[in-house]
Amino acid sequence: MNNFKQNLLKKRYNAERRFQWYGKIAIGLALSFLAVFMFQIFSKGYSAFQKTWIVTEVHYDKELLLIDAESPSKDDLENADYYDVAYKAMTSLDPRLTEEEDRQLIQMVSYKYETEVKDLLLKNPDYLGKIVPIKLTASDDVDQVHKGNYPRDIPEKNRRVNDYQLQIYDMLNERGDILSEFNISFFTSPDSREAELAGIASSFMGTVFSILVCLAFSFPVAVLAAIYLEEFAPKNKFTDFIEVNINNLAAVPSIVFGLLGLGVLLAVFNLPRSTPLVGGITLSLMTLPTIIIAARASLKAVPPSIREAALAMGASNMQTTMHHTVPLSMPGTLSGTIIGLAQALGETAPLILIGMVAFVNTIPGTPVDPAASLPVQIYIWSESAERGFVEKVSACIMVLLAFLILMNLAAQIVRHKFEKKWS
Amino acid sequence: MNLILVTFIVLLAFTSYYFGRKKALVIQSSQRLTALPKFYGYYLAAWCAAPALIIFILWSVFEPSIVKTFILQDYTDQNLTKNELQLIYTKVKALALGNYTGNITNFLDASADKYIQLKGIANSAKVAIILAILIFSLSYAYRSVQKNDRMREPVEIFLKWVLFVASLGAVLVTIGIIFSLLFEAIRFFQAVKFFDFIFGTHWYPAKTFVRDGQPDPELMKDAFGAVPLFAGTFFIAFIAMCVAIPIGLLSGIYLSEYAGRGVRKYAKPIIEILAGIPTVVYGFFAALTVGPFVKEIGNAMGLEVSAESALAAGAVMGVMIIPFISSLSDDVITAVPQNLRDGSYAMGATKSETVKKVIFPAALPGIVGSILLAVSRAVGETMIVVMASGLAANLTMNPLESTSTITAQIVVILIGDQQFGDPKTQSAFALGISLFIVTLFLNVIALSVVKRYREKYE
Repeated sequence: MNNFKQNLLKKRYNAERRFQWYGKIAIGLALSFLAVFMFQIFSKGYSAFQKTWIVTEVHYDKELLLIDAESPSKDDLENADYYDVAYKAMTSLDPRLTEEEDRQLIQMVSYKYETEVKDLLLKNPDYLGKIVPIKLTASDDVDQVHKGNYPRDIPEKNRRVNDYQLQIYDMLNERGDILSEFNISFFTSPDSREAELAGIASSFMGTVFSILVCLAFSFPVAVLAAIYLEEFAPKNKFTDFIEVNINNLAAVPSIVFGLLGLGVLLAVFNLPRSTPLVGGITLSLMTLPTIIIAARASLKAVPPSIREAALAMGASNMQTTMHHTVPLSMPGTLSGTIIGLAQALGETAPLILIGMVAFVNTIPGTPVDPAASLPVQIYIWSESAERGFVEKVSACIMVLLAFLILMNLAAQIVRHKFEKKWS
Repeated sequence: MNLILVTFIVLLAFTSYYFGRKKALVIQSSQRLTALPKFYGYYLAAWCAAPALIIFILWSVFEPSIVKTFILQDYTDQNLTKNELQLIYTKVKALALGNYTGNITNFLDASADKYIQLKGIANSAKVAIILAILIFSLSYAYRSVQKNDRMREPVEIFLKWVLFVASLGAVLVTIGIIFSLLFEAIRFFQAVKFFDFIFGTHWYPAKTFVRDGQPDPELMKDAFGAVPLFAGTFFIAFIAMCVAIPIGLLSGIYLSEYAGRGVRKYAKPIIEILAGIPTVVYGFFAALTVGPFVKEIGNAMGLEVSAESALAAGAVMGVMIIPFISSLSDDVITAVPQNLRDGSYAMGATKSETVKKVIFPAALPGIVGSILLAVSRAVGETMIVVMASGLAANLTMNPLESTSTITAQIVVILIGDQQFGDPKTQSAFALGISLFIVTLFLNVIALSVVKRYREKYE
């Protein structure tokens, strides 16, 4: 009998231990998903912060540039013909090349190499007539080879870089003429069809503008609405209706807001398509309930004694609210707002619907210029087939995550630094 | 023009604020003030800005449609359809603004002249009316300032109205959603039968695209059957739940019942990071890493796996949803009163027996509520599906094949340039309204379940 009891107890304790392990495994799984995820993004993306250059020599020959003037002006340099000079700069890498091969050589640098040759001369007009070294942006494929992202030992047919290009690459690499530097242009240049030239400047500005527009629209309305509902609204059916409305709105899928933006903002109000203005308004409708809920919670957290003290001193209801309750609730409201904006920042689907997915190769200067946003840029790039875009996407994700982490940190700091603890 | 007008109104409001305050100080020398001086300023400023801005907004909303009616009056005798009239109006507007490139008929030219003329009249009328209103309301307000009427109460009542109007914003958004969806969806159901939509088993809207002309009604009948999308949506949500419920629930239980303070303090926010990662990032992850991974494993086991399998999308979506379930169930379990636990321990139960037999049943309604919220989240999730699970709507229950969802199809249809008035575009809105109804339904149930649960223990 005693033995039976002991067995039972043992069984029950084993079950207890098992159950604890299930919990630990579940948490471990969740955490390892996060770890795998971060590892994947970082290991794929860090190389995008390096840019590969090919160093060669360019001879700014006056004859080839078709410059006649003895001391050419800026305009002459601007209008000169750089085609031959640039072409020679590349083909001089291999003097014994055939016509088929020179095309392959040219393909090793970005298609904008002519502009790069031109820009160098415009910056240093005294190079005219001289032979000077020049850095040219390597093409996407060479870039990937240099970073070791392309397998080299597969058959030539399946490779984007053929044997001849690899041979030239190896020669240059041995000479130290392949440079790898920090990729500034990733942050300063707009989107491009070519992976080696594409940057996040346009989508970054698009994001900044949309978030500012979103803040400008949602914050005032949400705070005012929260003040009304928390401090002034009578307890009746209509107030209940507004509250139910807000709670449901918070759970509406984001894509429905995209449809709203498309059906109302674009079709009825005729606002300009593809712009951060429309994107920001659409996002603001989405963040509205989030901010209202946060603001109401922090208004509720202000103790009644504050209100009573103000009222006892003869302040009106409105004065009590505006001078005491609202300022005291601001830290909570602000941190809720930042979190709401961080959510809006990562939204993609509604922005795609209002056309912010268009290819934009200029940096927008105002909220009414067409633009993409960082998450949309991730979508656009991940739809491209080229290998070079994979690392760009990962790098773009890293920038986006950094942005989000900063915003959440800011929310934490605002909350902990400025919020009064009532006890 | 509009910008100048608004700036003028705002500047005038600011000046009248200072003017009102100064006036109050003058009054102070002879009589007792009824409120603080700044309320005199607020009073004047509110009377200055509010009526003028309200009229301005109403005018801007209604002016275009009134001008349009005037222009299209000339075309009423030509028996044109609504779409043709719309086209003519667009042409007239483009011509008037000087960026029209088609060939110009006399009729269009006349209309464009009329458009410019009407716009001019409307503009000057607007300025005149707003100036008149400004003068009228300011002089009215100034008179009551001079009479030294009560100043604080009207200002506060005005403020209260401003607050009330702001709180209507949320209602307005809901109305906007319902109207914009319904409007297009109704037009869609004029072209496609309602029952063909909800019971049809073929979704292939690209089939209806016919250049210059009406699509064949027979084709329309078979192209917009949404059953594959509904099935795909719930199928992927189901896969997501298979991942998220066990992991989320167990980690929620562990965090609330077992974990020490240190573990809880760090593990909970770290798990919640999973919910903060943008969905497009998950989509990229699913498409680039998980999809090929699943395919490789499947191929190694001799199965035929699509690179864009429902399994990959669903699993990644499940990971995204874990924190929703774990946090919500953590909250719900923590809310179970301590005396239930104490009673169970007093009877000699172990901790896990208490959790399984006492706490879990007590917290069940709340947990169900949180799961329903998570399902609604999964149903509305877009980017993961767009990027990781195919775009062709297959009616399948095989997790290794690709399926499509409501949200993914909305994106596919509306990406790029849309033509309003095309049944394909309208079908996106019909899908949108079904999505809205499903998620609304789930949310209402979930919120009421959670609410009842809270009331029970508070």
